Amino acid sequence: MYENYGTRTIFELDKQGCSAVSWPAVDVPEQRLEELLPEEYLRGDVPPLPELAEPDLVRHYSILASRNMCVDSHFYPLGSCTMKYNPKRHERWAALPGFSDLHPYQPADSLQGLLALLYELQQMLAALAGLDAVSLHPAAGAQGELTALLIATAYFRSRGEKRRFVLVPDVAHGTNPASAKMAGLEVVQVRSSPEGIADPEIVAQHLSPETAVFMITNPNTLGLFERHIRRLCEMVHAVGALVYLDGANMNAICGIAQPGKFGVDMMHFNTHKTFSTPHGGGGPGAGPVAVTARLAPFLPVPVVVYENGRYRLDDNRPQSIGRVRSFFGNVGVLIRTYCYLRTLGAEGLRRVAQHAVLNANYLMYKVSQVLPIPYNRRCMHEFVASAAKVKAERNISAMDIAKRLLDYGFHAPTVYFPLVVREALMIEPTETESRETLDAFAAALEAIISEDPELLHQAPHRMPISRPDEVRAARQPQLTWGEGSS
Amino acid sequence: MVFINNTEAQIREMLSAIGLKSIEDLFSEIPRECRVEGDLGLPHPLSELELDRHMQRLAGLNRSAQEVSCFLGGGCYDHFIPAVVDALASRPEFVTAYTPYQPEASQGTLQAMFEYQTLLARLAAMDVSNASMYDGASAAAEAVLMSVEITGRQKVVLAGTIHPEYRQVIGTYLQNYPALLHVVDYRQGVCDVGEVARIVDEKTACLVVQHPNFFGCLEPVDRLGQLAKQAGALFVAIFNPISLGVLRPPGDYGADIAVAEGQPLGIPMSFGGPFLGVLVCRQDYLRRMPGRLVGQTVDRNGRRCFVLTLQTREQHIRREKATSNICTNQGLMALRAAIYLAALGGAGLRRLAELCLKKAHYAARQLSTVPGLSLRFRAPFFHEFVLQDAYGKVAERLTALAGDGVFVGPALGKWYPDLADCFLVAVTEKRTKEEIDRLVDLCRKWGAQLGAKTEARTKEALASSR
Repeated sequence: MYENYGTRTIFELDKQGCSAVSWPAVDVPEQRLEELLPEEYLRGDVPPLPELAEPDLVRHYSILASRNMCVDSHFYPLGSCTMKYNPKRHERWAALPGFSDLHPYQPADSLQGLLALLYELQQMLAALAGLDAVSLHPAAGAQGELTALLIATAYFRSRGEKRRFVLVPDVAHGTNPASAKMAGLEVVQVRSSPEGIADPEIVAQHLSPETAVFMITNPNTLGLFERHIRRLCEMVHAVGALVYLDGANMNAICGIAQPGKFGVDMMHFNTHKTFSTPHGGGGPGAGPVAVTARLAPFLPVPVVVYENGRYRLDDNRPQSIGRVRSFFGNVGVLIRTYCYLRTLGAEGLRRVAQHAVLNANYLMYKVSQVLPIPYNRRCMHEFVASAAKVKAERNISAMDIAKRLLDYGFHAPTVYFPLVVREALMIEPTETESRETLDAFAAALEAIISEDPELLHQAPHRMPISRPDEVRAARQPQLTWGEGSS
Repeated sequence: MVFINNTEAQIREMLSAIGLKSIEDLFSEIPRECRVEGDLGLPHPLSELELDRHMQRLAGLNRSAQEVSCFLGGGCYDHFIPAVVDALASRPEFVTAYTPYQPEASQGTLQAMFEYQTLLARLAAMDVSNASMYDGASAAAEAVLMSVEITGRQKVVLAGTIHPEYRQVIGTYLQNYPALLHVVDYRQGVCDVGEVARIVDEKTACLVVQHPNFFGCLEPVDRLGQLAKQAGALFVAIFNPISLGVLRPPGDYGADIAVAEGQPLGIPMSFGGPFLGVLVCRQDYLRRMPGRLVGQTVDRNGRRCFVLTLQTREQHIRREKATSNICTNQGLMALRAAIYLAALGGAGLRRLAELCLKKAHYAARQLSTVPGLSLRFRAPFFHEFVLQDAYGKVAERLTALAGDGVFVGPALGKWYPDLADCFLVAVTEKRTKEEIDRLVDLCRKWGAQLGAKTEARTKEALASSR
């Protein structure tokens, strides 16, 4: 096939006059547009969109699809992203018209099956969190964080307290400080201990009567369990502040440990990580939030309630922070989450966590024979290796290794995060990979670090493109197809 | 377990390689007191066959739009989705890929998003689009935050005719900001221009208008845009992408930022999500945009390719100094919208918009001949309109219609106490003349019955008073 074929944009395939859709004739008495609407509102032209017949359209997107790696076909060891297998059965169920073809404003009587599902999902997530109440609204983890921080500020407001600081560990995801700012709060970054976890003594130095929330990811982004979590929660509560758990890494502990027992007050789940809903090339996900009973009145509206044998949406909650989005959450994603939990049950979830942690520890052991692991303790779902030594000795960077792995048929790990590890490679295998895959990945790493550094600087060599000029993309941003695109 | 590949023998070997005896030992770092004790109370696991039965049963307890005539509107619409959209957007290479941080392994997603950005920018006649937000409401809230940042002003003016849930979401997002929200009243179904002129001033960050608005009516957008411009405020437009098949686009009437709910572009109604937040703006505001952006560049061999760009606006680089906290977006929904727009083409979108418009106007004409029903507003509308029920029995009427297999609404009293006797009717290309005529007949019969009952009651009352 000609190499260039796939890189043609849909605008270059435009053949005006073609279409992949034909519409029925107007079946109501015909009237001209100008009779129906004043001319000042009407556009004079046809919208400037490309026109293609169906075969060309299908070929275009099929070629684009062939230019992606995906978890169906490749090992995707992206740290903190939990790229596990997405069960096919979920797609079939979520697409049933009885779920996918429901309007958000249709009568509750015509929605009893869906509302029952959502209600049960609220209950199951609360049980897994070890907390009391759940909102299914947030569309993603970051929106879950924002929702919870708004709940915290509403709670303090209801008590007449003014608190403005959010403590965030230096190994936290960037969404934590960004969400704090969006919630109108100020961020205080907290250094981790030499062990790579939050140190109660350092945290204590930052706590004050003005502390609103301590945000912590557990297990953290180094893949380590925050051992002092209970003490940390006690300390935070002692100054009247709340603890938020970023649930991005729940895959390691879901069904084994309960955040409620750590002492946290609020948390979110990433359904597109822990509960295996597909990432979709960037979304959609869902970020349901769980809270303790005292924070429940502040949850976003509406929530699903069950009364007198009927399910309904309740939006009469005077202390609620309000709505965080239109309608009711990413329901199609929540249905897949429900299916996953019903397939596995509590015991299945435990086994998921066990195998995720086993795979991570086994792979850490294999990788440690090739690259140093700076925080080399029992890890949870992921671990962070460092290419600093091979960088110094052979000028091979974490980026070089990541790019070369693509040639070996593996998606790259997360690189240069967390920032506390130099030349970081953050690796999360998940439970759905086989030992054979893990062995092959470790073998590829071993082969790569003894390859010619020049070859690596130019990697990848077998992908549809080689390294892009990202500087040019940022200096002369071209964000739409047009002049100078070809 | 069906999602785990390792055998018992492999598990033992792996444990022994890392020097452990039991899989439980992996969790020695977790204090006892943090562990799950006993039963979590989750239901028993189900096999695929059993869960299939259960899901079919739950789905069967709902009434899908396929079983009824759906005239529901209010920001989510029952449009036809061509099979080609489902077929292409359900390809696992798109569905099971991650965010395209590794461009060499993600050219498919990146190019599709670049094309999405171009399609939306062209459709709205704006310069740039991001690669998606969560939904129309959160996109509107982000546009407001963007306006506050850009102008350094703290007053936000919302038309009272924008979707009430969008208004609520904007309020939620702004609740800890010093910014002040002003909601402008409406007159005859559209924004009160006189009030806008009084309220929008040199302290105003933005004026937010929806066109067509929540009532389906067309706003005097040119005038509103001028008022915003005169005050140095940004003009934020909320649009319906399908309407742009016939209506002038936001870029043409002076919008600085435009947002939309992308659901009508080939995305299932799915009880309100996952949907698609569209956000497009003028080039000047590019660096204040939230969310991911895909840009064109070349690879080391000079071949055209696509990358995520201007990432220094984003949370994973800039942390609390980012333009937004958004990370995961609605990528797969943006892909659906792109495929849908490309499938229709410009002429196809125009035909579609005309179908909706003509059918809606036919429905409005017919329904307003029914005794007890009238069009509440005189303003021009696109594919949705407000009916007033002279009997004031909106809930009963809509329930009766639902009983006859016709979903109409939503009722407006919940958000607008002064419109407690009103409800919305939306008409898409999917509604046939036959369905519209049936709706009209049902309304007529219901009205006649109610009228007869009222008459009987009146007679009774008269009789007893004698």
